[in-house]
Amino acid sequence: MKILVAIKRVVDYNVRVQVKPDGSGVATDGVKMSINPFDEIAIEEALRIKEQGQADEVVVVTIGSNDSQQQLRTAMAMGADRAILVEADQAVQPLQAAQVLLKVIEAEQPGLVITGKQAIDDDNNQTPQMLATLWNRPQATFASKIEFVGDNQINVTREVDAGLETIQVALPAVVSTDLRLNEPRFVKLPDIMKAKRKPLDVQAMADLLPNATGEAIEVLQHEAPQPRQKGIMVETVDELIDILKDKGLVS
Amino acid sequence: MSKVLILAEHNGDAINQSTAKVLAAAKQLNPEAIDVMLFTGDASLAGQIAGHEGVNQVFCVTCGDNHDQLAASIAPTLADKGKGYTHVWGPSTTFGKDVMPRVAALLGVNQVSDIMEIIDANTFKRPIYAGNAIITVKTTAPQIVATVRTASYSADKTSGGSAQIEESALSTAAEHTSFVRLSTGDSDRPDLQTADKVISGGRGVGSEENFEIVYQLADKIGAATGASRAAVDAGYVPNDMQVGQTGKIIAPDLYMCFGISGAIQHLTGIKDAGTIVAINKDGDAPIFEVADVGLVGDLFKIIPEMMEKL
Ligand SMILES: Cc1cc2nc3c(=O)[nH]c(=O)nc-3n(C[C@H](O)[C@H](O)[C@H](O)COP(=O)(O)OP(=O)(O)OC[C@H]3O[C@@H](n4cnc5c(N)ncnc54)[C@H](O)[C@@H]3O)c2cc1C
Ligand SMILES: Nc1ncnc2c1ncn2[C@@H]1O[C@H](COP(=O)(O)O)[C@@H](O)[C@H]1O
Repeated sequence: MKILVAIKRVVDYNVRVQVKPDGSGVATDGVKMSINPFDEIAIEEALRIKEQGQADEVVVVTIGSNDSQQQLRTAMAMGADRAILVEADQAVQPLQAAQVLLKVIEAEQPGLVITGKQAIDDDNNQTPQMLATLWNRPQATFASKIEFVGDNQINVTREVDAGLETIQVALPAVVSTDLRLNEPRFVKLPDIMKAKRKPLDVQAMADLLPNATGEAIEVLQHEAPQPRQKGIMVETVDELIDILKDKGLVS
Repeated sequence: MSKVLILAEHNGDAINQSTAKVLAAAKQLNPEAIDVMLFTGDASLAGQIAGHEGVNQVFCVTCGDNHDQLAASIAPTLADKGKGYTHVWGPSTTFGKDVMPRVAALLGVNQVSDIMEIIDANTFKRPIYAGNAIITVKTTAPQIVATVRTASYSADKTSGGSAQIEESALSTAAEHTSFVRLSTGDSDRPDLQTADKVISGGRGVGSEENFEIVYQLADKIGAATGASRAAVDAGYVPNDMQVGQTGKIIAPDLYMCFGISGAIQHLTGIKDAGTIVAINKDGDAPIFEVADVGLVGDLFKIIPEMMEKL
């Protein structure tokens, strides 16, 4: 079985993002870029499934600018076998990303697709669900555990508001990762060297998907969030309790 | 004029408050009609929504074998009904996040995730980058499929409505997906997402056993309990207690946290709280930048003292 992992290059999660003064976007010049953290978890899970003998190839794909090659190389240094860059001139929205990923699926015929649950730049949380829909296959979102049960079935434990839900889905399927699924491995230097020789195929989005459908959502403006008013520091528990009582928050 | 179709959420026994929050948001569109679609094994739940003022019609789709929670089973029915509406909205809860993008894909549109403010029927504000930036977005799609950030709206509490209830049976159950089980940490404490008061703990609490004092304080003041990702990852508490960018976004009147440093991913989950109180032994912890009231000290001394004095 082949596993396809979709990854996105995003501003590193440690960066405190700033809105540009003219409201046209957020400042990304010179900012550290990384693999979306949920996608790193997706890569790790695919590698573990392969290491357990349930899969024989892990292919990573991204839709983005040419710079995304860096993140694909990192994924291959982690252990992915090969990579596909679908080069796009502009950022793509989830419905278009899902259409591109479907084209890649049609060419690659994976038995399992693993994605992150959300890209931490746009925080959309849509692409895997849309992909599963267009592909007409099951989805298991927010996964914290994947277990193979019998032929072509997996049980996926999902982190939901009420606790943990387990569903069974037939393969092929799309699984999106949550934080507790695993802890991604660190990349070792020799692996970075080895990854340079692994195949990285670049295709133009316009060739792969000449007619994307669905209107893009227009972004009119970016603004910084309203700051909270400056608070006060107290020295003792008594002072704290007095304030809470004054505000009617405790009795 | 707008016509809104809302996806209702329930837990099998009751309609979730998130539904009334989406309803409150939908009313701000001043629409011509608001209808609600409910997928359930228990049709009697429909009455709980039909009583809200401003709801015209409730489509109650009955499902067996827990298909009512499965996105792949219910999305096609919702999308099909949604074709007759300008807006198809659900809550930004794990349930709504699972289902609504499927509906959007079936309708061929991108989704507006996490609406926090409505400018007009086509224009909305939503957070990106863990709430570090707010964007104003516009869409003229024939159906605007969206999730509503529940922390941004107070639940609609109206009554006296008399929406018509139309029952049907689910005809789009997926064969490739089945529900196996749901494990919930049963507790008598208030629900984290709707509680007026929340007490939470982070890595500083140190262990599952130590969390006991956090629970005791919560019980003393009738609060729900929450946690940081670090506390969940370390196994001190279950995942459903995680507050933040990728956990629950909450807006209680009081949020009091112990041993949480205040990472941006955590703060985005609490910035709509009325009063934030932070207790941390490190006076430089970033949590103090957003706290309304801060106290530097050891939580293992402060919690017992609070227990005594409250
Ligand atoms: C993709 C992604 C998503 C994330 N999503 C979330 C999310 O949804 N929610 C979330 O919370 N985090 C999230 N995080 C993690 C976040 O970045 C932080 O790592 C996390 O919030 C830290 O948790 P913490 O404050 O409990 O731990 P720490 O940062 O380790 O802080 C512990 C604090 O406890 C204090 N302390 C220790 N002992 C005591 C004592 N005895 N008394 C008082 N204070 C004490 C310390 O001074 C310290 O400030 C996410 C991260 C990533 C990469
Ligand atoms: N441009 C992209 N290229 C590849 N995968 C993507 C892209 N955008 C989103 N994804 C995948 O979809 C997941 C959810 O993204 P989103 O719907 O944008 O929050 C991500 O974690 C990725 O796995």
